[in-house]
Amino acid sequence: MASDKNTQEIRRRISHNKFRDHLFWVIGLFSTLIGFVVLFTLIIDLFVDGFPRLSWSFLTSYPSRFPEKAGILSAWVGTTLVMIVTAAAAVPLGIAAGIYLEEYGKKNWLTHVIEINMNNLAGIPSIIYGLLALGLFVYFLKLGESILTGGLTLGLLILPMVVISTRESIKAIPNSIREASYALGATKWQTVKDHILPYSMGGILTGMIIGLSRAIGETAPIITVGALTFVAFLPSSPMTNTFPFLSFKWLFDPFTVMPIQMFNWVSRPQKEFHLNAAAAGIILLLMTLVMNALAIYLRYKFRKRIKW
Amino acid sequence: MKRIGRNIGLLVFVAAGALLITNLPGLGVTLGWAQEKIIKIDGSSTVYPITEAVAEEFQKAKKGTVKVTVGISGTGGGFKKFSRGETDISDASRPIVKKEMDACKQAGIEYIELPVAYDGLAVMVNPKNNWVTSMTVGDLKKIWEPAAEGKITRWNQVNPAWPDVPLKLYGPGVDSGTFDYFTEAIVGKSRASRGDFTASEDDNVLVQGIASDRGGLGFFGYAYYAENPDKLKLVAIDGGKGPVSPSMKTVMDGTYFPLSRPIFIYVNKKSAERPEVKEFVEFYLKHAPTLVKQVKYIPLPDRAYKLAEERFARKVTGTVFGGEAKIGMKIEDLLKLEEKK
Repeated sequence: MASDKNTQEIRRRISHNKFRDHLFWVIGLFSTLIGFVVLFTLIIDLFVDGFPRLSWSFLTSYPSRFPEKAGILSAWVGTTLVMIVTAAAAVPLGIAAGIYLEEYGKKNWLTHVIEINMNNLAGIPSIIYGLLALGLFVYFLKLGESILTGGLTLGLLILPMVVISTRESIKAIPNSIREASYALGATKWQTVKDHILPYSMGGILTGMIIGLSRAIGETAPIITVGALTFVAFLPSSPMTNTFPFLSFKWLFDPFTVMPIQMFNWVSRPQKEFHLNAAAAGIILLLMTLVMNALAIYLRYKFRKRIKW
Repeated sequence: MKRIGRNIGLLVFVAAGALLITNLPGLGVTLGWAQEKIIKIDGSSTVYPITEAVAEEFQKAKKGTVKVTVGISGTGGGFKKFSRGETDISDASRPIVKKEMDACKQAGIEYIELPVAYDGLAVMVNPKNNWVTSMTVGDLKKIWEPAAEGKITRWNQVNPAWPDVPLKLYGPGVDSGTFDYFTEAIVGKSRASRGDFTASEDDNVLVQGIASDRGGLGFFGYAYYAENPDKLKLVAIDGGKGPVSPSMKTVMDGTYFPLSRPIFIYVNKKSAERPEVKEFVEFYLKHAPTLVKQVKYIPLPDRAYKLAEERFARKVTGTVFGGEAKIGMKIEDLLKLEEKK
């Protein structure tokens, strides 16, 4: 009799646990769906509004007061160039800082303070970076309201993200790898260069892309450092036909970026401009997707090279 | 020993980096990069559509040999940049004020003031609002003056004949010349306004707000209304001689009182000596009559543009307004002032 009661009790408990298991499955699915549905609705809405406006001439025309003639040439070129400067500024610095903190830095109160600061920096509102950059780059270093200033500003913004992701992926490398390297007589730098960096590259790239994806949509800090609303020309070409054939003049040119162009169009009275903004939104989305795809591809390549 | 060596290496690296960064702009100047033909314009969002149209046509006419940039910082923000010498031309939806004149003087910046068009401010209510077709300046003052803050919150508090409906207010941001002008014209003192209203530099936000709120009321530039006449209900303004609705005609002949005003560009005198800036301003005044109308603003009479052209050619600096906003200035008054100069 007693054992029968026991079985009943166990059955009850099992069904209870199964119910809870099921319940969580429902809650989890629901939560996932909310995010998915919202995103999907947004994208659909964007496509419905903007898709008819997409054309080759939309990509190759300058902004205009006539909505049907207006394009995003100066905006997407500006965004691309600013992103190049951002990546060039933030990635080497971020990786180097991450490696130093993880491999070289002693675990003392100083690194601890840096670590806490780094995590906090990642959460600071972007407008603060804009104000800092206005004081530092525009007024103090006199870099002007240029692509260089814009890129460096966004570089500062994503620097903490690159540092944190570098550190996280370095932490994930088993210590035995380092010990094996030292056992063979390698120096610290050799260990970092030949083992730590290649193995952690996947994670570092992910961090970099997350950072750049955030930077590409930023408007506030870019406006603060003086990106402009109406720019109907391209920065100077990086190639010249006289010696030395390379020019960095474009770094100092005035510019606009995609989010600012969109913002300008959205705030106009004519409905046609709102459609232009949606079309520009699609292009911005595509640019982000291309960056992500590149990151996934690179990560895949780096993972394949790891053999342990 | 090894440690010290590493630190020195780091120090040299940092020093070299700092040197490079601080010298980059200098490098740019020595290589002749800074001498490119760029005309920098910033300022009022009200004047922006006109300047944008001129910049677009000018760059087309010059086949891209001159670059023109136009920003939107508001009239006040534009003058801040202008008085620091960062821009060549400043868009302004009101005359320059004393404080800004002093800032320019201190920086040694002389400017040429040129009126480019007329603009009316439209007062708008929700289309479902069936109790108001016109308002007097007194009504508007009762609603917008600083003393109304937190007190005048229902329509029937303004006029007992109106229903007991919550009053929700919308207006442009406090950095805009439009806000400065409206407060001056209605309340009697520039920038004196209640603070409890929804402020936005983006006119669409204001339209959305008023359109979704039966008791909504707001004001913004007439040009915006002209582009979207069916979304909101226009209120006629009674400035003492009966209610008048804003239109191309009433703004031009000055009967839409006191909410019409001239708008300006201010040209830095030193910049005007550069041939590309000179050419741009001449192009601006020459094509203003057609372009202004195209972007739904009200052009000045041809005589006014002629006077402005002459003034620019003679490089007459300073303002004809003496650092104060003038209310309800008719085009005739403006012409008289301009002629005196």
